[in-house]
Amino acid sequence: MIGPNGSGKTTLLEVLLGLLPVASGTVRILGQLPGETDAIAYVPQDYTAAAGSALRARDMVALGLTGTSWGFRRTTAAQWKRIEDTMRAVDAFEVIDQRLATLSGGQRQRVAIAQALVSEPKLLLLDEPLANLDLRNQREVISLLDRLNSTLGVTIIMVAHDLNPLLRVLDGAVYLLDGHAHYDTLNGVVDDALLTHLYGTPLHVVRTVQGDLFVRGE
Amino acid sequence: MESIFVCLEFQTDWWQVMTSSFMRNALIGGTLVAIAAGVIGYFVVVRGTAFAAHALAHIGLPGATGAVLLGLPVTLGLAVFCVGGAIVIGALGRRAGDREVATGTVLAFAVGLGLYFSSQATRSSSTMTNVLFGNLLAISPQELVVFAAFLVGVVAVVCAVFRPLLFASVDERVARSRRVPVRALSVLFMVLLGLVVTMSVQVVGTLLLFALVVTPAATAIMLTPRPGRAIALALVLNLLSVWAGLVLATMFSLPPSFCIVTIACTIWLVVRLTGRSRQVQL
Repeated sequence: MIGPNGSGKTTLLEVLLGLLPVASGTVRILGQLPGETDAIAYVPQDYTAAAGSALRARDMVALGLTGTSWGFRRTTAAQWKRIEDTMRAVDAFEVIDQRLATLSGGQRQRVAIAQALVSEPKLLLLDEPLANLDLRNQREVISLLDRLNSTLGVTIIMVAHDLNPLLRVLDGAVYLLDGHAHYDTLNGVVDDALLTHLYGTPLHVVRTVQGDLFVRGE
Repeated sequence: MESIFVCLEFQTDWWQVMTSSFMRNALIGGTLVAIAAGVIGYFVVVRGTAFAAHALAHIGLPGATGAVLLGLPVTLGLAVFCVGGAIVIGALGRRAGDREVATGTVLAFAVGLGLYFSSQATRSSSTMTNVLFGNLLAISPQELVVFAAFLVGVVAVVCAVFRPLLFASVDERVARSRRVPVRALSVLFMVLLGLVVTMSVQVVGTLLLFALVVTPAATAIMLTPRPGRAIALALVLNLLSVWAGLVLATMFSLPPSFCIVTIACTIWLVVRLTGRSRQVQL
């Protein structure tokens, strides 16, 4: 989901999650009304920063599995196994017993993704998952999301304002233009005129002889 | 000329005092409050509503002095104002309690109102001091019954909502997207906090409440990141502070609130200082 700052990407995400009501019209997601399905998981921007040092990575992931159940019960061995497997799947098993505050930005993002994945969603919504990550961590998080998409069959929608790191893995993009949402495949989106209009600044799509694709300003 | 040296006089009859009936009330009351404050304190720290807890204690002051003015029980006045204030803060959302300027302004007004009610009543100057600084030794058997009921209620509700409350405490947006009733939990939590503040004010008073509700929980979280253990540890630290505080107060004829707060704060400081060096080694 792309668009310049203030174009309503996060707002649209919140509508999909049922966190915001729509002023008019109706929204259906996975065939249901927003907020009525358990098959969607959400990773907000800078998610794990708030929890600080009070929780370990494993407790944070556990909330994705048991955080919605009432009553006082211990996490079962089977549940811990699932939590550990999920931490392995996001390549963060080695930090499972560390406090969130001691983790790097990349590790925190993995823990956040693990919490979202542990409930086995069909759709994963991420808000700016690459913000505040260095280039290496950006690449690793993208590879991870790509792998989860192909191996687990999870549909992934992410909000991003920088297209370049994503061009390799994108199927298509929703873009918010002039107050309307549009969808196009990658080839349709990666277009000089569209991107220039969308971001309000001259942009060029460059294709190298190796077949790499990137967007650059003038 | 009289010297102004601080004089710690050891009371040789301290054991007799400790085993007297009014001291038994203080011990039971202190124990009930220590448990309740330990359980709720963990969530206060995780939710980042320490300032709201502090503010609630002050909002209780006009309730207490107003109750004296009307000839009602002090606990009732405290509970009505604390729980009422808690519902308002809770309804405004989790972070509302930490909107510093608004909350600070409300609590300043509350303290002023408390002073006004106090000045209107004839025999309320001791109430004022008791509410500001606590007086565990003045706890009555009726209050013990009320506190026991509060404690049972607080523990039962926390057990019932433990995981969703923790989930909502970490992030309201994600919890809401998973259909956790975040707003209702926020109000419920603040009501529980209001009850615990009502109890705790009797032990350490509005001015020192932070040291009983927030400090031991913060100490416990520094010592362990596991939620269950942190709550158990906060509870143990609170019991230690209250019991040892009462014994010290009796031994040296000191105000109990002072001893309780000093012990809780000293443990926090020691853990914090040694925790730094532990982290550097990691």
